[in-house]
Amino acid sequence: MKEVKVLGTGCTKCIKTVEIISKIADELNVEVQISKVTDPETIMGYGVMTTPVIIINDVNVHSGSIPHRNEIETWLRDD
Amino acid sequence: MFQMFTDIATWLVVDVFGLSKATKLGDALHFFIEDTTKIFFLLLVMIYAIALLRASMNVERVRDYLAGKHKGVGYILGSSFGAITPFCSCSSIPVFLGFTSAGIPVGITMSFLITSPLINEVAVLLLLSLLGWKFTLFYVVVGMSVGILGGVFLDAIKAERWLESFAAKALERGKNTVNTTTTAQHTQSLSLEERHAFAKEETLEIFSRVWKWVIIGVGLGATLHGFVPDGWIQEHLGDGQWWSVPSAVLLGIPLYSNATGVIPVMESLIKQGLPIGTTLAFCMSTVAASFPEFILLKQVMQWRLLAILFILLLVAFTLIGWIFNFLSPFI
Repeated sequence: MKEVKVLGTGCTKCIKTVEIISKIADELNVEVQISKVTDPETIMGYGVMTTPVIIINDVNVHSGSIPHRNEIETWLRDD
Repeated sequence: MFQMFTDIATWLVVDVFGLSKATKLGDALHFFIEDTTKIFFLLLVMIYAIALLRASMNVERVRDYLAGKHKGVGYILGSSFGAITPFCSCSSIPVFLGFTSAGIPVGITMSFLITSPLINEVAVLLLLSLLGWKFTLFYVVVGMSVGILGGVFLDAIKAERWLESFAAKALERGKNTVNTTTTAQHTQSLSLEERHAFAKEETLEIFSRVWKWVIIGVGLGATLHGFVPDGWIQEHLGDGQWWSVPSAVLLGIPLYSNATGVIPVMESLIKQGLPIGTTLAFCMSTVAASFPEFILLKQVMQWRLLAILFILLLVAFTLIGWIFNFLSPFI
């Protein structure tokens, strides 16, 4: 199972990112555990500055925007 | 070249809707159509062009660049980067912490964050097309000065004392470690296709974010233009009475808008005879001193620092208003 974290201080882009990832995960039938990280101290720990940031299994895969559908599909598919 | 938009508006108002430009409604509608078509056109074309140029610019590079700089130039650079770096206000907290944990002084970070909402490519474009290059130049110089002097002041009073403790610790750590992140890792040279893809996305993203502000702003401007009696503003506020400036600043606080929405209102106010200083003070207060943004900053700052920052901005905008009202006869 993949562990997906979306980091962001609560802007609309971050909320949309969470929604789209869980929607695509459903479509692909991939089991994921999605969590939102809003605590500034924790976000700082990842050393990132533009949100939303997407961390999959502790690897930073994307930051700064709502990701595209095909990007999300690639992340969720590959093992 | 902007004549085209006046003609479109005249055609729609007079020929299609059958209104006379001498009526209040016709006049307001004309203002609305002319400004929205012009602004939308400019936004689409110019955001794309600018995005092509600055595709490889990002906050990470700015941080790495600022981290090694001497304080004196740091404020000026921080403010300049605030003006040109693409950056969404929802990222202000991560950016603040990113800069801080790289050991960049709080003042320089705040120079960046204060200037950022005031000056950006959309604001400059709108000012140029609606109010001319002279006003644009003043606006940019004043906006950057607020950022630079605000930053200098915050460092002078040792504002880092009032950061939340985790942020203060991060700053300490950042100061003591040598800046190891190299600029190289963020510098990628982009091909033309990549630049085009970035610019296209950027244009759509910014446009989808600001179009409603344009409508609201121009709508307000048009209402003022058409329905506030000619000469009313001129007569009551036209002499730049001293109290009108702080009142304008206070009025701007609860009103929250971004620069895109407020500039059409500025245009209308100035045409109605509101003095330039009072207009600037009102608009800068609307754009830069907003409660939602301040509540966000609470996550990294103590109340005391927030209050200082807020008062600092209000005093700065009031001074700007007074100075410009005083100088405007000579401009």
